Amino acid sequence: MSVPTHQVVIIGSGPAGLTAAIYAARADLEPLVIEGEPSSTSDQPGGQLMLTTDVENFPGFPEGVTGPQLMADMRAQAVRFGAEVISQKVSRVDLSSRPFKLWIGDPDSATPTHLAETLIVSTGAQSVMLGLEAEQRLIGHGLSTCATCDGFFFRDQEIAVVGGGDSALEEASFLTKFASRVTIIHRRDELRASKIMQQRAFDNPKVEFAWNTVVDDILGDATVTGLRLRDSVTDELRDLQVSGVFVAIGHKPNSGLFAGQLDMDDNGYLVTGPDRSTTNIEGVFACGDVQDHRYRQAITAAASGCMAAIDAERWLESRH
Amino acid sequence: MAGAITNLTDSTFDEEIGSATGPVLVDFWAEWCGPCKMIAPILEEIADEQAGTLSIAKVNVDDAPSLAQRFGVMSIPTLILFDGGEPAKRLVGAKGKPQLLEELAEFI
Repeated sequence: MSVPTHQVVIIGSGPAGLTAAIYAARADLEPLVIEGEPSSTSDQPGGQLMLTTDVENFPGFPEGVTGPQLMADMRAQAVRFGAEVISQKVSRVDLSSRPFKLWIGDPDSATPTHLAETLIVSTGAQSVMLGLEAEQRLIGHGLSTCATCDGFFFRDQEIAVVGGGDSALEEASFLTKFASRVTIIHRRDELRASKIMQQRAFDNPKVEFAWNTVVDDILGDATVTGLRLRDSVTDELRDLQVSGVFVAIGHKPNSGLFAGQLDMDDNGYLVTGPDRSTTNIEGVFACGDVQDHRYRQAITAAASGCMAAIDAERWLESRH
Repeated sequence: MAGAITNLTDSTFDEEIGSATGPVLVDFWAEWCGPCKMIAPILEEIADEQAGTLSIAKVNVDDAPSLAQRFGVMSIPTLILFDGGEPAKRLVGAKGKPQLLEELAEFI
């Protein structure tokens, strides 16, 4: 059985991957996008925006747009120009020789499922959990990583959001549509979030803050009944009664697939550039959150996806 | 029609689930849930492929919040497999097709 060789394979389908697909498709490179498999933990087709509500800072949408809609439109745009999209997950890559080898399904299979002359890595990042034993037991039973999916179930209830960045405040504001009170639990005494998000949260009468506070445990046997909180200054413990907990404490890059092959920093972010999407392996380009720990915006991801497609196109041209 | 997915409501749920001859996988979903939309086409495929073995039904939690509450659904998508009218398996969160089929293997 012969294995197809693609000029460009793109792994991941968030704003970075789909923008790369639009550019590569318009350059007649017939890109294959391996978009991933459905999941509720932000490692899914469409990326992290699939778990958000309104995107208000993406240029061109004066009234805002929902994350899933924006991603559906980007995907349709890529497909319109000839990108092929498959809803599967890459299980292994071998970048030691060209064309690069990719496996979908059984990673131990002797033959790869796809070959690629150039590879664009846009696998994104996913939410970090608290790392508590209770999380396994209570996820889906009051503990959630997706406010837009689950906020509805907490009508008139008291809930908590853990985190202090933009995504935590955005979730908290969204959740006040349903919940009677939202307590934001943050380990420091000031927020990382942008000023506009902070002001919105401070102005919201349903939002309260627990400063200098960390979550010691999530309480409840079958469903969440509360949180055991620890004051990070005094070490005092207290219990907060809530029926829902939403975790938004940060992200980690989805770079495990490339361990030992692509250079990454101490936190697992792929190293690119400088000022380009190139990696340590010629012909492999990276874009979006998997290589960006600084900006992590939909628009910066899209921009870097464009860079990766152009870099890939020029690299292919230079070899012909 | 083979492989059709039924929409269940407060008034039809008990009868449909109670009278089913084989296992029924019920998808609790909503229009505004991104991951629910991701798995919808996969469920349609499974409904087609497993027609006669496993039936698939949907509950829109906006239209039937009491059903969601009754089965303790606090996160969507939640898939509950009913066998002999009783919940036999519960899957929370969106999953890919191979993973779903693996989880459902004992019923198909």
